[in-house]
Amino acid sequence: MAQPTPAATTGKVVEPPQRQRFEWIGFLQKFGVFIFLILLILFFTSQNPRFLSVRNLFNILTDVSIYGIMAVGMTLVILTAGVDLSVGAILALAAMCGAGAVKGTGESRSETPDPHKFGGLSWLIALVICIGLGTLAGYIQGKVSTKFRIPPFIVTLGGMTVWRGATLLIGSGSPISGFDPGYTWWGNGSFLGVPVPVLVFLVVAVSGYIALRYTPYGRHVYAAGGNPEAARLTGLRVDRVLTSVYAIMGCLAGLAGFIQSARLSSAEATAGLGYELTVIASVVIGGTSLMGGLGGIAGTVVGTILIGVLLNGLVIMNVNPYYQQIIIGIIIVLAVGFDTYAKSRRGRR
Amino acid sequence: MFPLERMSDDLLLKVDRVGKRFPGVVALDDVSLNVRRGEVHALLGENGAGKSTLLKILAGAQYQDSGQIDFDGKSLGRELPHERQRLGIVTVYQEFTLMPNMSVAENIFIGREPVRGKFLSWPTMIKEARAVAAKLDLRVDPLTPVYALSVAEQQMVEIARALTMNARLIILDEPTAALSDREVEKLHQIARDLKAQGISIIYVTHRLGEVKQVCDRLTVLRDGKYAGEADVKDVSIDQIVRMMVGRNVEYLAGEHHQGGEVVVRVENLTRLKRLPGSQAVPLRGITLEIRRGEILGLAGLVGAGRTEMVRVLFGADPFESGQVYFEGRAVTVSSPAEAIELGMALVPEDRKQQGLFLTHSIRMNLTLPSLKKFLIPPFFIDQRAESELVEQYRKALSIRMANQEVIVGTLSGGNQQKVILARCMALKPKLLIVDEPTRGIDIGAKAEVHQLLRQLARNGTAVVVVSSELPEVISLCDRIVTVKEGRITGDMPAREATEEKLMQRMVLAQGEQHVQVASPTA
Repeated sequence: MAQPTPAATTGKVVEPPQRQRFEWIGFLQKFGVFIFLILLILFFTSQNPRFLSVRNLFNILTDVSIYGIMAVGMTLVILTAGVDLSVGAILALAAMCGAGAVKGTGESRSETPDPHKFGGLSWLIALVICIGLGTLAGYIQGKVSTKFRIPPFIVTLGGMTVWRGATLLIGSGSPISGFDPGYTWWGNGSFLGVPVPVLVFLVVAVSGYIALRYTPYGRHVYAAGGNPEAARLTGLRVDRVLTSVYAIMGCLAGLAGFIQSARLSSAEATAGLGYELTVIASVVIGGTSLMGGLGGIAGTVVGTILIGVLLNGLVIMNVNPYYQQIIIGIIIVLAVGFDTYAKSRRGRR
Repeated sequence: MFPLERMSDDLLLKVDRVGKRFPGVVALDDVSLNVRRGEVHALLGENGAGKSTLLKILAGAQYQDSGQIDFDGKSLGRELPHERQRLGIVTVYQEFTLMPNMSVAENIFIGREPVRGKFLSWPTMIKEARAVAAKLDLRVDPLTPVYALSVAEQQMVEIARALTMNARLIILDEPTAALSDREVEKLHQIARDLKAQGISIIYVTHRLGEVKQVCDRLTVLRDGKYAGEADVKDVSIDQIVRMMVGRNVEYLAGEHHQGGEVVVRVENLTRLKRLPGSQAVPLRGITLEIRRGEILGLAGLVGAGRTEMVRVLFGADPFESGQVYFEGRAVTVSSPAEAIELGMALVPEDRKQQGLFLTHSIRMNLTLPSLKKFLIPPFFIDQRAESELVEQYRKALSIRMANQEVIVGTLSGGNQQKVILARCMALKPKLLIVDEPTRGIDIGAKAEVHQLLRQLARNGTAVVVVSSELPEVISLCDRIVTVKEGRITGDMPAREATEEKLMQRMVLAQGEQHVQVASPTA
């Protein structure tokens, strides 16, 4: 009779230290990547003061903007506990079709561009086609995955090959290049001193941030990823949410394809090869959980910039490019490892 | 009932005044259980009586806080589950623990594979699997994958595994819940054979007819306490039922109200096919009316089909035939989203798995389905209106929280349940379904939840309560429907209901074959 009482008191004594630890972990989980980014910037600046110049910072941002635009969409996808491996392929397909529409896929593909063709609005046509096609491709994948209950990993793995093949088919294997200045402005121009790709990235990231935090849709994404069964019983149409997330991802991959083709003044069948991994890496480094339901755009932006800073800084320090890959790989594993560790800490009641 | 001392050398297992507490709940309080060598011993009790906790302690999955367990004359310590198995205590769980894609032989010997050097010895494994299968009259090839077997055969594989471990005490946790009558008969035969070989069996079941058929003695648990033991031949089924339910009523008897007009009418709802990947019980011709302002209780044992009924009504699971009428109109409800649009809301059975977004804030959890009510066009959430809503329900339900951003997973069970209730109430439903509303929450919170549900009913909501606790059902509800094996077996006003009457209808409904067989002998 007397025995249960001490057992109950010990239970209470054990709890408080766990709770203190939980906040510490929570803090690091929230701001850890950001702190790491600041430290990295300080380190590279100490190695080479020019690292911190406005020009170099814009270089970094321009370099990562293509990844960044897609990483915003990938954040939504990963929040629903899914993944999209097809983004690089959709980027290439969208760019190829957009470019093909304004320049043709035949003989005319490498002619000097005519700035007055389509009343100078060739960029708009390409943009609409890129975005529309990307959205469609993403929508199809989302629909197939939810309708037939095939894991998104598989559907987008298949999609990756299908879209890449379609790109080769449409472009007959060779690039379409040479766009008019109105088109290439989207890749190389600047507005108020800020490179256009960076502005586009900014707009996309801010929209994504607002959508996730301040709209019902954002809540639905978190809910569908955090606990799909609870979401369904709360009246969400979970399948619709999931499909929409892949459509948005495709849309942003298309937009990224447009910017990339404008930047290179060329649409190539091999464009975006392997981008999916970098994009997933930025999201994961930014603290979004692959299990779904936890994370956000702010982390993703930091994660994207972190990858850019690393790449740029290592180049400035003249680090052998092979080492660069090794370093980035290790950082991804560390970030996810920490994330899992923090979760397991939090998971205890 | 008999002098224990004289029997003590006969005892294989002696559980002596074992206690176990979990935060906020006493699961076992001075429970004793004495199992003799070579007997089939029934362990009985309502849902939540403490049987599962006791089984887990015996298996070594948990340890008691107090009390003593002796096995074969030796005191048990803190052995791990596999060490307990090596001692000879083997549990065959209700949910099978087999690997569906592996063969019968592999499953029988998993973790203890016969080897030659570093490699599996398939010939030995197959030979021994055949031998043990023959003992159990299990006629399948040892190389058949387990998924190809019937439920009964899978159970035999589990028992075969127990036998090859040289089990001396086999614990069968509701072994017949999923079996057909013929298979049950076969299982009983095997239990008798094992007994003849000197193996003891603890037999957990809800079917009292079975107790009469195969068991020698029985022990009853009630509310985590020892409620008595007896020789099966000395007691009638009525007496057993009384042992199981005869507890002090801890609830205030509420006033019982008559319902108003019919909100939902369910006609002949049937689903006989199994749902893929679920243990859901088939539903056989459910017909039911739920009225405005009444609290309707669905009483039944676990696995009776209560949860299945409300899930079908709410559009969470499909059904094959039948018709639902909502406020007189025939409706099709094929998803929870549609049910909510009609004016239903559900507090699901499993708070954590089906109800909450554990890693998210109270605010997010509470307002999720109501967000469209306070939209700033075109699509922004009116944060102030949202906070006000949360605040309103925090007050109304006295949810204890530091602020709205607190993560739901850190709240107590009672407060979590209130968050889900608040979420449903914010939808202003015409029909509120609550599945096990007070499971795992403390007494104080229980009373508060009851009060809330009564208030809702008084304001005209139709409330359906699924509960395994009979006293709760009797005191809270206005009308009680009993369910057994996917059928409705009784419907009575709560003021006429007693625990005995309900329990009778929950375990002994007409068409219960084992009872019919057993009754003459009783």
